[in-house]
Amino acid sequence: MIVQRLAGRLGLSELAFVAIVAGLAVLVPLANLTMPEGSLLHVSNASVVLFGKWMCYALLALSLDLVWGYCGILSLGHGAFFALGGYAMGMYLMRTIGTRGVYGNALLPDFMVFLNWKELPFTWYFFDWFGYAALMVMLVPGILAFVLGWFAFRSRVTGVYLSIITQAVTYALQLAFFRNDMGFGGNNGLTDFKDILGFQVQAQSTRAALFALSALALLGGFAAAKAIVSSKLGLVLVAIRDAETRTRFIGYRVEHYKLFVFVVSAVMAGIAGALYVPQVGIINPSEFSPANSIEAVIWVAVGGRGTLVGAALGAVLVNAAKTWLTAALPTLWLFVLGALFILVTLFLPRGIVGTFGAKFLGRRGTK
Amino acid sequence: MPSPSGGIRPMPELKRLLPRFIAPLLVLAALVLGPAPGALAQSVGDTLAKFATDRFPDTARGVEEIARSGHPTALEIVEALGENRLAYSQADRSVYVIGKDDQVRSAETGAPVADIAPNQLRRVRINNPVRSAIAAALGALRLNSADPVQRRAAAEAIMQAHDADQAPALEAALGREKDARVATAISQALAALRIVDTKQPESVRLAAIDTLAERGDREALVMLRNVPAEAPAAIRQRAERAAAAVERRLSILGGVQNVFFGLSLGSVLLLAAIGLAITFGVMGIINMAHGEMVMLGAYTTFAVQEFLRTSAPGLFDWSLLFALPLAFLVAGGVGIGIERTIIRFLYGRPLETLLATWGVSLALQQAVRTIFGSSNREVGNPAFMTGSFDLFGISLTWSRMWIVVFTIAVFAFLLFVIRYTDYGLRMRAVVQNRAMAGSVGIRTNWIDALTFGLGSGIAGIAGVALSQIDNVSPNLGQGYIIDSFMVVVFGGVGSLWGTLVAALTLGIANKLLEPLAGAVLGKILILVFIILFIQKRPRGLFAQKGRTAES
Repeated sequence: MIVQRLAGRLGLSELAFVAIVAGLAVLVPLANLTMPEGSLLHVSNASVVLFGKWMCYALLALSLDLVWGYCGILSLGHGAFFALGGYAMGMYLMRTIGTRGVYGNALLPDFMVFLNWKELPFTWYFFDWFGYAALMVMLVPGILAFVLGWFAFRSRVTGVYLSIITQAVTYALQLAFFRNDMGFGGNNGLTDFKDILGFQVQAQSTRAALFALSALALLGGFAAAKAIVSSKLGLVLVAIRDAETRTRFIGYRVEHYKLFVFVVSAVMAGIAGALYVPQVGIINPSEFSPANSIEAVIWVAVGGRGTLVGAALGAVLVNAAKTWLTAALPTLWLFVLGALFILVTLFLPRGIVGTFGAKFLGRRGTK
Repeated sequence: MPSPSGGIRPMPELKRLLPRFIAPLLVLAALVLGPAPGALAQSVGDTLAKFATDRFPDTARGVEEIARSGHPTALEIVEALGENRLAYSQADRSVYVIGKDDQVRSAETGAPVADIAPNQLRRVRINNPVRSAIAAALGALRLNSADPVQRRAAAEAIMQAHDADQAPALEAALGREKDARVATAISQALAALRIVDTKQPESVRLAAIDTLAERGDREALVMLRNVPAEAPAAIRQRAERAAAAVERRLSILGGVQNVFFGLSLGSVLLLAAIGLAITFGVMGIINMAHGEMVMLGAYTTFAVQEFLRTSAPGLFDWSLLFALPLAFLVAGGVGIGIERTIIRFLYGRPLETLLATWGVSLALQQAVRTIFGSSNREVGNPAFMTGSFDLFGISLTWSRMWIVVFTIAVFAFLLFVIRYTDYGLRMRAVVQNRAMAGSVGIRTNWIDALTFGLGSGIAGIAGVALSQIDNVSPNLGQGYIIDSFMVVVFGGVGSLWGTLVAALTLGIANKLLEPLAGAVLGKILILVFIILFIQKRPRGLFAQKGRTAES
């Protein structure tokens, strides 16, 4: 039922997006695992990890687009939700290492033994249980977003003020996670993972599966976001984006709508981070850096905000360019990224999909 | 040899027999009476012979004796021994001082000896007992130095070493001392010795406690705490009271010092934020490249110094003076360029401005990295910025002090420009009512460009100041951007005075929190506080009122 109703509302580019991502989720692992090396159809192991990362970034971009493109909340701290989700997953992965760590301590992760800690901090309790970790992946970013949004939206902190606050939050978290006393590995973060749910993290089949999961998560995130924005609630969100005061005067509790969509978006970002960590094999405080969050914003801007598909597309395009340029012309990359920020805001304010895909889309969401 | 005409002739054989506590009295007498050099020549010869045996106990004794002798070259000899420059000839056992320039001089007269090369002599060896004898002797000898700075340092050294044997020397020196500051140092050193000296009468020890209490620093506190438990009750009580008083004084001083450090940090924040207060506060432009303007100013300073170093080294101390206008022009020019090419198309779209200027900041960072390299660049401090000075027991560095002064000057300059110049009047008109300002003939877009240039230029001169206390690297600006925004938002957008109050408040709060919570946690607490504060008062401390406030 729901699938049918959703599918009925999808535009051409959205259908194409769903088809491509679903296709990738099946084909990439197949091409990686079954095709012999050297074959034209073979996808290298490194590429699987790379594509997996892009899927996670795409999900992060999607979550950002949900709040920025549809509700006008420009969060410069979405990297914090991403990183928190990543840390929750990282903690599970650390706990499962068990006695295989360098110090062979069954209970304490290596860095705690190194710091001469005797007991597991309470923040690490239950993280050896995957279900609990998975819950935390969603709960921690969700609660942070709820608390932040509760105060911010009620006090009607809007526009750039909110952006600056979210940036300060992720900056403060970065400083906090750098501290060894916090008990999250300090500067080095969490790494040296062994296995996830009993499968070896390094194994090729696990990586292929993680890629497929990331692609599915992207699809799931897209479905959820699409469901939200094409509902009546989504219309109110757009109304808030375009004329917040007027919407309030009509009688909508603006802060409730904003809070809802902000929390949903944070949870999505957290899931993206949780899928990202086992694939790259490390999570450290630099993930909280304000520059990361603002880079995610440019993915959305390039692809086209308020289009969902565009956000995911932008994430993949910008990161593909980054991967290629940082290898080929490393000094040029920041110039290109800087120019991208400037040119897109000046000449392509609606992004690629917003500008070129408008006629195929069901106009909703583009300003 | 002329016969002695006065003073004490230190007979070595006799002195070895003297009980240890009398020996210092002899030193004292020797120092007080200031014997004529000629009178001692003979005995000095005996003393010097001890060095020539090159046996450690003899050497140590020689050091003690020469120190007591008051011989004119005594200080030189003991110093030379400590630095392994005292030597003797194996042939005739005469002792020489080898100068740092390898010039051989007679130890006895200090006259240069031309026909002996250093490699013909054997150096007098020293071991740890000799070293301590040297240290003690130097203390006493330097107390007699002609240089008051040396005398004071010697008194301090004796106080730190807690060398009870030096008490008579100190007493003698105190009697002779004319310089009030040196006299204070000597009496304090003496007090530190007397306070634990059980042979002193109680009144003297109590007076010593008072002297130390007057000194009132951490060392005095240690000395006061050192009073042994078996001392008479009166002394212990007075010492405890004095220690408590010193402690109170120290904690107050510590607080004052923290406040000053906070003021210094606050003025750094203010310098970094004040340009932003104009571009963001007055014009409503989110300029994420603001930190890079600061960085450009710092690199301008670096370039000016490099230029001066190669072409006019004599002007190096003036480098900051040259750098200030240049940094203002460079950063201001770049700012106007950004405004004309990018920002003016984005007025009224603050979020887009934010993204575009972030792009500018990335490009600027990379440009600087390409030109100057990504490593830190060395920016020198001119003479007037180096070192520190002492203010009522608080040690302050000149660079921090000057930055506070400089910040005040910049702030006053900015207030003056906005309030009293023609340009300032036009700027305020445009901010209040753009359409009306335009219709009375003000070129609003020029004012926009100039105002953005002013804000950027101020950031540039902030960079000149920050280059003195921070690492000059392409990332310099990033460290300040979030703090600067916090300051402006906390103070209230559009209010220069609010920015001032906010910067100083945050600076002081940060420094007061630091001892309690640590530097990083303190900063986090401040950030959390501001975040909560903005939720409560979204328009900041000094919110603009009236119609213009609603944007």
